[in-house]
Amino acid sequence: MSTFPQERYDDRARHDGRPQTLRLVVVSAGTSDPSSSRLLADRVAARVESLAGQGGHAVAASVIELRELATEIATAMTSQLTGPRLQAAIDALAAADGIVVSTPVYKAGPSGLFTSFFHVLDNDLLIGKPVVLAATAGTQRHALVADDQMRPLFAYLRTLAVPTSLFAAPEDWGDAALNKRVDRAATELVLLMDSGFARKVRQESWGSYQHELGSANGTETEIDLDTDMMRLATGGSAVR
Amino acid sequence: MQFGIFSVSDITRDPVSGQTPSEAERIDAIVKIARKTEEVGMDVFAIGEHHNPPFFSSAPTTLLSYIAAITKRLVVTTSTTLITTNDPARIAEEYAMLQHLSKGRMDLMLGRGNTAPVYPWFGQDIRQGLPLALENYNLLHRLWREDVVDWEGKFRTPLQGFTSTPRPLDDVPPFVWHGSIRSPEIAEQAAFYGDGFFANNIFWPKEHYQRLIAFYRKRFAHYGHGTPEQAIVGLGGQAYIARSSQDAIKEFRPYFNEAPVYGHGPTMEDFMEMTPLSVGSPQEVIDKTLTFRESFGDYQRQLWLMDHAGLPVGKVLDQLELLGGEVVPVLRKELAARRADGVAEAPTHELLVQAKYGDAQPRQPRPNANRGDNVTGSSPYQDSAQPRAAALREN
Repeated sequence: MSTFPQERYDDRARHDGRPQTLRLVVVSAGTSDPSSSRLLADRVAARVESLAGQGGHAVAASVIELRELATEIATAMTSQLTGPRLQAAIDALAAADGIVVSTPVYKAGPSGLFTSFFHVLDNDLLIGKPVVLAATAGTQRHALVADDQMRPLFAYLRTLAVPTSLFAAPEDWGDAALNKRVDRAATELVLLMDSGFARKVRQESWGSYQHELGSANGTETEIDLDTDMMRLATGGSAVR
Repeated sequence: MQFGIFSVSDITRDPVSGQTPSEAERIDAIVKIARKTEEVGMDVFAIGEHHNPPFFSSAPTTLLSYIAAITKRLVVTTSTTLITTNDPARIAEEYAMLQHLSKGRMDLMLGRGNTAPVYPWFGQDIRQGLPLALENYNLLHRLWREDVVDWEGKFRTPLQGFTSTPRPLDDVPPFVWHGSIRSPEIAEQAAFYGDGFFANNIFWPKEHYQRLIAFYRKRFAHYGHGTPEQAIVGLGGQAYIARSSQDAIKEFRPYFNEAPVYGHGPTMEDFMEMTPLSVGSPQEVIDKTLTFRESFGDYQRQLWLMDHAGLPVGKVLDQLELLGGEVVPVLRKELAARRADGVAEAPTHELLVQAKYGDAQPRQPRPNANRGDNVTGSSPYQDSAQPRAAALREN
């Protein structure tokens, strides 16, 4: 059974009870600058920083604008080649303690750019990581996209989506209730980041998830020789 | 060290002329390409196996035995032979026949095939592709080494008293390469049997192939076939050569942009940066190819993909002139000079005969007389072990 190479994931000191820097990565699929998807994600990120600060943690936040990766994402989808900017985004996610993802909704689902990005990631890249799901749209009719469509994608990736998803249509930007939900989602994310859940689940159970040689951003280099297929490779017949 | 060409046998529209070759034209072209490979001083020609358009090579041993007949030194091989959808008993027979007709100037490379619909057309299931490949090769390995095989497995009807004919030339099985780009199990099988391992080295960055090759070398040593450095490694590669790099880039770009698999994707410059593709002058192709040895260690066989993406046959033949005339001679010299002591030679029939028999005469199996029942029984050859017959005579 392989163990997760901890030094790649967590190359900084962690001591319980002492201030630590939490790595937050924002992924936005908005296409204008600034986009409402990015604005919504930034409000979550700001609340996360403030809440984490109250708990004595610094937050190092970085932003991945998928718009800038659009051609590399398309290339990865069609040619399985990872360009340098896409690789930098993957590296950031691999090191993240918490993630905020935000997408515009055009046609009753997350944008194709958004889903394409998550479809080209290794299945085991984000295991156990806490994620805030956020979506924006021009009409309230898309309000369930985050819970109905984004949540299953992040469940497949074995992430831990926080209980509160966020959605903002134009009228929400003038409604204080959106702020309340942002606060709630940020609180949930900070608690999960601070708990070290992702780190612990990887330490204790990494080998029980599916991996491929070279997956988890190239860190999965262990080869299990104690399998039926490996025994078959060295003579004999498959088990009937 | 061997150098050569490998083709996937695609029939692709030439994006410059707009013409798509007919199957007949492309089959004629591949024979010219193979003949030219020998003429320009290279050693190996490999053809793929496919059972769907737009590919022509469904019957590789037929093509390769023809090519062997019109050449003198060229080693013919495959890239790859489908170990999943072919019956291993038929592979044993067909390639042993090719081995006899080519006087040992052949080997083969096994692969799984990744076209899902092909599997059910041949009664198989791609979801079982890996165990199918592993089990089929375990059987193939025995069929070439044991005169009479009793065998039972999961995927094929059992064999009782089966003799694969003809027995391999000089009773030395054809050398086998295992081609794989992602399965550690295939690398493990190659290492277990002391066979060769081939990485196509085309579409992805070198790190992708380094993991599997390093694993194969380590396991080759684990199973007692030699040191990791003595494992038998083959690599692919892809190049387009012209006198100047500007001309090479200008000429190849339209083919690159519309190539199957990677066309309409990354720019050619990015692709050259990220993958083993080299497009440039002979010196640039030499320099890039020399980096392969730095990445993967001393190796035994270098094959290039030169005839894909709709390049017209005339252009491919010009490419072979430059490759064989200017690139390969320098690589032969440079790689020989850098080669560590004790690294294995590229496997050939002569070397395998030498390894098995030394100065003794190779075994030449002669069948026993047909007993009229069309069943050869447990002792098909005059020198086969005959336990039952001996016991009967004693009574």
